[in-house]
Amino acid sequence: MVDEIMLVAIDENINDSDIVALQDRLAEEVHANNAQGIVIDISALEIVDTFVGRIIAQLAGIGVLMDAPTYLVGMRPAVAMTLVELGMTLPAVKTARNLQHAVTRLRASR
Amino acid sequence: MDALGAKVIRKTRLVTAVSEIFRNGLIYGGGALVLIHCHNATRTVWIDCCDDGPGIEDMALALSDGYTSGSGLGRGLGGAKRLADAFEVLSEPGIGTQVRLAGRA
Amino acid sequence: MPVRYIHVILDNERELLLKAWGSTQAEEGLIRRDLFTEREARTQTEMLYDALSKGVKASVETDLLDPDAECWDDMRAALADVTRERTKRGVSTAEMAAFVLALKYPLFERLRTTVDDSNGKVLIDAVNQFTRLIDSVSLYTTELCISERDKTIRRQQEEMMELASPVVELWDRIVAVPLVGTLDSMRAQEVMENTLSAIVDKKADIVIIDITGVLTVDTQVAQHLIRTAAAVRLMGAEAIISGISPRIAQTMVQLGVDTGEIRTRSSLRMALADAFRQLDTDVISRIAK
Repeated sequence: MVDEIMLVAIDENINDSDIVALQDRLAEEVHANNAQGIVIDISALEIVDTFVGRIIAQLAGIGVLMDAPTYLVGMRPAVAMTLVELGMTLPAVKTARNLQHAVTRLRASR
Repeated sequence: MDALGAKVIRKTRLVTAVSEIFRNGLIYGGGALVLIHCHNATRTVWIDCCDDGPGIEDMALALSDGYTSGSGLGRGLGGAKRLADAFEVLSEPGIGTQVRLAGRA
Repeated sequence: MPVRYIHVILDNERELLLKAWGSTQAEEGLIRRDLFTEREARTQTEMLYDALSKGVKASVETDLLDPDAECWDDMRAALADVTRERTKRGVSTAEMAAFVLALKYPLFERLRTTVDDSNGKVLIDAVNQFTRLIDSVSLYTTELCISERDKTIRRQQEEMMELASPVVELWDRIVAVPLVGTLDSMRAQEVMENTLSAIVDKKADIVIIDITGVLTVDTQVAQHLIRTAAAVRLMGAEAIISGISPRIAQTMVQLGVDTGEIRTRSSLRMALADAFRQLDTDVISRIAK
């Protein structure tokens, strides 16, 4: 937590059950910490398939529902290309190039 | 693929495609066996993923985007086909499914 | 026995065979005086001959010319040198193979005259073995030629790809991708790859894809542009497509291409102005009005 913005950095070695667990925890954490925004950093991820892509979209969905705008940052070029090819353009998810940009935009929107 | 000097994007594409297929095998096929074969002369990696699940009834439907028999997004099979350089599905309802895909380095 | 005969001939009649090899080459029009001096050709021929001769000598004991045996390593190395040198100067693959094969007939001729063999059994065996060896050697040359060429083609392809899709840094955090010519799916892939890595390398927030130089936009090209824009957005930057001519706008509408939320501008200039505005950058002219 920095300045009421919650940072979620996804680890390189995250597995399916971890990411599902993260999904379960996120809503509670947002509520408990009264977070005004969420930044999900996926720069460590080399592979994002439709399963992980869907979870990420849902994480953002949870954020939006709890009135905590959610930014996705740090997606690698190869991952972006692959996701688009898979037809997952994540239209509902806000994106930023890096953490700093996301935080700036979150502050500006408040 | 590192040994073949593949670019990051080629690796990512193939590994993602395999991830889709393997996940299908796990969820719908009740576990899957993966065989990896590296062909140096053509700089290609071949991957076979076999399961003995229920099989696919309607192949054209399964490959089309947006179709799912379970709870997924329905982009796995068609997406993997787009990501791979070669793609082939053999499926016998009641016996199982074999997916073979290839990625050039 | 047969290998010993071949060895004896190769050893005793080096000069004669070298000359005969040379003249077979000449008969078949394989001496390229335009590409080689006589001395060079002679040195190359001798080098190969001696390496071959050495291999045959090593095979006398087993009396078998096994093309896969280790004793031919030297010859393969010599052949690789000669092949590279010759192909570099423009000798064709077929000429290279014929050059190697041209040694067969003079040697057979010498075998026929020197081996005293009433029922011809040894002679046939010798011819058989030598043919097999030389054929495998000429096949090896062919393979070398082809793999050299493949390497060249691959390198040129890569160079062409790089030339065809440059990414230009226009300003801090603004890059442009000027597209020229036709956009097939392989190039479109390359364009997307270069564009996305430029976002990381140049820390770009805005990517202007300029299609002024693109000849035609069909559904597939339009799809590629839309996908590239979507990938750019996933990375947290924004894509602007510029240079959409009236004709292209018309075809895109007719094709029913949904550009959706992608920003499009008629010219690169308009797109750049847009980008400046978004990044809060002012460009001031110092010339008094």
